[in-house]
Amino acid sequence: MEKESRLSDFEEKLESPARDKKEKDKLVKTLSAEELSKRQREISIAEFFEKNRHLLGFDNKRKALLTAVKEAVDNSLDACEEARILPEILVEIIQMDDERFKVAIEDNGPGIVKKQIPKIFGKLLYGSKFHSMKQSRGQQGIGISAVALYSQLTTGRSIRILSRTSPDAPPNYLEIHIDTTKNKPIISKNEVVEWDKERGTRIEFDLEGNYYRGAQSVDEYLKQTAIINPHATIIYSSPKAEQTIYARATDKLPEESKEIKPHPYGIELGAMIRMLRTTKSRTVHSFLTSEFSRVSARVASEVLEKAGVSPTLNPKEISRRDAEQMFKALQKTKIMAPPMNCLSPIKAEELEKGIRKEVNAEYYDVVSRPASVYRGNPFVIEAGIAYGGTLKGDDTVAVLRFANRVPLLYQAGACAFTKSIIATNWRKYGLSQPKGSLPIGPAVIVVHMASVWTPYTSEAKEAIASYEEIIKEVKLALQELGRNLKRYISKKKKVEAEVKKRSYISKFIPHIANAVSKILEEGEEDEKQLEEKLKIVLEHKRGKIEKVEFDEKANKEYDEAFALKSRSGLVEDYLKDEDEDKKQEKETDNKEDNQK
Amino acid sequence: MNTVLEKIRDVAQEIKDKIMHLNPPSLNIPVRALSNVEYNPKKGYFELKQSRKKRTLTAATSRSFAQSLRMLELSNTLIKNDDIATKREAYYTAYNWEDAGFKNQPESDNVMDDIEAMLGVNREQMGFVPEEKGGDVAGDLVVVDRDPETKQEIKIDCKKMGSGAYSIPSSVEHLGFETNAKAIIAIETAGMFQRLVKHKFWKKSESILVSMGGVPTRACRRFIRRLSDAKNLPVYVFTDGDFYGYMNIYRTLKVGSGNAAHINEFFCVPNARFIGVTPDDIVDYKLPTHPLKEVDIKRGKDALKNDPFVKYHKEWQEAIKKQIKLGKRAEQQAFAKYDLNYVINNYLPDKLNNPKKWLP
Repeated sequence: MEKESRLSDFEEKLESPARDKKEKDKLVKTLSAEELSKRQREISIAEFFEKNRHLLGFDNKRKALLTAVKEAVDNSLDACEEARILPEILVEIIQMDDERFKVAIEDNGPGIVKKQIPKIFGKLLYGSKFHSMKQSRGQQGIGISAVALYSQLTTGRSIRILSRTSPDAPPNYLEIHIDTTKNKPIISKNEVVEWDKERGTRIEFDLEGNYYRGAQSVDEYLKQTAIINPHATIIYSSPKAEQTIYARATDKLPEESKEIKPHPYGIELGAMIRMLRTTKSRTVHSFLTSEFSRVSARVASEVLEKAGVSPTLNPKEISRRDAEQMFKALQKTKIMAPPMNCLSPIKAEELEKGIRKEVNAEYYDVVSRPASVYRGNPFVIEAGIAYGGTLKGDDTVAVLRFANRVPLLYQAGACAFTKSIIATNWRKYGLSQPKGSLPIGPAVIVVHMASVWTPYTSEAKEAIASYEEIIKEVKLALQELGRNLKRYISKKKKVEAEVKKRSYISKFIPHIANAVSKILEEGEEDEKQLEEKLKIVLEHKRGKIEKVEFDEKANKEYDEAFALKSRSGLVEDYLKDEDEDKKQEKETDNKEDNQK
Repeated sequence: MNTVLEKIRDVAQEIKDKIMHLNPPSLNIPVRALSNVEYNPKKGYFELKQSRKKRTLTAATSRSFAQSLRMLELSNTLIKNDDIATKREAYYTAYNWEDAGFKNQPESDNVMDDIEAMLGVNREQMGFVPEEKGGDVAGDLVVVDRDPETKQEIKIDCKKMGSGAYSIPSSVEHLGFETNAKAIIAIETAGMFQRLVKHKFWKKSESILVSMGGVPTRACRRFIRRLSDAKNLPVYVFTDGDFYGYMNIYRTLKVGSGNAAHINEFFCVPNARFIGVTPDDIVDYKLPTHPLKEVDIKRGKDALKNDPFVKYHKEWQEAIKKQIKLGKRAEQQAFAKYDLNYVINNYLPDKLNNPKKWLP
């Protein structure tokens, strides 16, 4: 299973032996196990982070600032939604120096119990979300502690947390330092302070970073976050000391997502064996029915019969071989898809509201696919398109990607969504499309995936892995959008032709009326009457014209503050930005080399 | 009251009634094509079949609908003012119609032909006259005309034209005839006509010579018809030995055309006979020839397949087939190979005296 493999990868990296450089020089050709063991020691979390920071989204200074804000905001949104509170989030970035920033994120969430604060912010891989099969933004328990660590490594300062769980509880202020050798939090300050907020959490940290505007900026991330979370209010003070308020567009909280048990199709043998060891069930039969979703008594009996395992066997006493048989039987048995109430999609209506806020187009369409499953993980694909209006037609379409209500700003090319858009034949739907490329036309395409476990290509959560089932669902959603779009485009053409025809007819109406009147030697009155009637005849015959013209003021939801500054060629922007990032990296490397 | 005026009024009234009852108006126009005519050998001309196109006012037809009504209105005015307009003048008049004007004259001619067919009258009656002159006449004929101003009778003797000829006017309905001639000979080219006039062939053959100058104009056809009817004269047609001469000239003169079938009744010359160059003549006289072009052959095959007149006359089918096989054509002046006046001294007398060599 995905989470298992990720965890083991991580643990492996943490525990793998590292050789001391100085000792390495003294190496002789053969070494005894005893000698080797002397060199094996625990790797420090700081060292690990240094080596792997690109996996966590801290590849460069520009991205570091974005990732830090993103992790904190995602946590705040998750916390608010879990507590069923309409989120109101404050984001403040203050530029202290050229490449140094102070960041503060404050929410009106449920607050954090004092005891938990040190672990959450001061220990990597600590979190509530990793072990639950439930839709949420965060999933690994790395994010915010990695931010704290990065902050500490680049500035030496601790992360500051102020949190209050209720009006009756004291507001706790803590400063957390991470012991990088032991991966343990050290509380450097702990006091009760005055805070006028009844409930919520405020975190503050300093970090080295770079601030830019544009396609992959903090600004863009917050903007898109507001689009995809229409129930949230975000108040943002930029490093340039400008304030932007993204007010919520709806008071409806997204439906609460339920936690589910793992589905047999998504489990791996090792994980199942571990579950067998720790289950409270007394028989393998009840183990199957109580630890997995969608395994009924009948299905469990079928599985055990196929595996040749006695249903009354104690799960703790089962042999490895029997466990494997059971595992194989599970995969071969037809089992209902996992329950979908664990998902909280945005829903078509809200998604359209979000898009309308951002794009002033003449046509909007959104599609919600029915829930589907990849490797036992339920997911829902939602997609939307805005077409025409103020959008420009001669560029590639803009693509907005979201996973569990989080905007994905980097690695567009590696993302399953982008691949699906490219693999869809848009020429069939009235857009032009160079081979192997995004379509060209006045359109913005939005894709959102809601899932209990989002298969990112890396811990930095930048792109969705290309699972066949996911690509299929995205393509189906896009095809439906495409078909509707095609219908709209051809209707528009038809109406335009009709309007043209009518103006054509009306050009000749006076001639007909005039000629008839002259032949019949009638006066102007009669001629006018004839002309009027003739108009009615033609109107009547051709029917009413449907209105398709673009009215710039018709979209009441449109908010100019939300509008993408460069809405076209976003992917190109990404690529360009990634190049810039690389350049920056090189520069930093050079500096470091020089220092040495 | 002029019946044409009545007809125009009726059309306008019907359109008005339709519109006032909120129904889309329409014009009912006969299809003007060879496919919509049949050859009636008893009557001797192409008769219009039933096929009509109903031009209902829609987006696609609104322009030509407006033009048709404008054209009707123009005709209405012409008749009332006892005026005429040539096709070209009608085309220029339409410059006042702004959007409803014509792009070119063929477009305006087409609309004119349409309403002419719709009303079932010829365009001269509607006040429209052809641009081209009607043809030249020489021979034993006195044309009785009137002075345009004084309306006094004028007699024109076609024997006294010297080396020139009498020119057929665009309207011939009012003309009277006096003659002792035995026949009318209609000639395709002006050059051949001049040769025959120069040598007073009309006197020798006791005939009236008419130069058609290619496909005969309506005035020319009507002139020959009226003269033939009035004096009970046979008509002999002398053309080149090619499909253009057979079909476009001879057949049009004799039975009319598909395009203007509604007027064939008045413009056909049923007792015309073909004395032009036939495929047999090409062989018999060993005439200098030109090879048939692709389009010529196509025209011949087309006539065999679609022309009701050819389909009726076996002789014509054989002649056309023979010519296609021959792959050659010959002009009427080709007899000059033997002698400039060979046609006067040998060919025409021989042909006229030998009805078996005629084609129907």
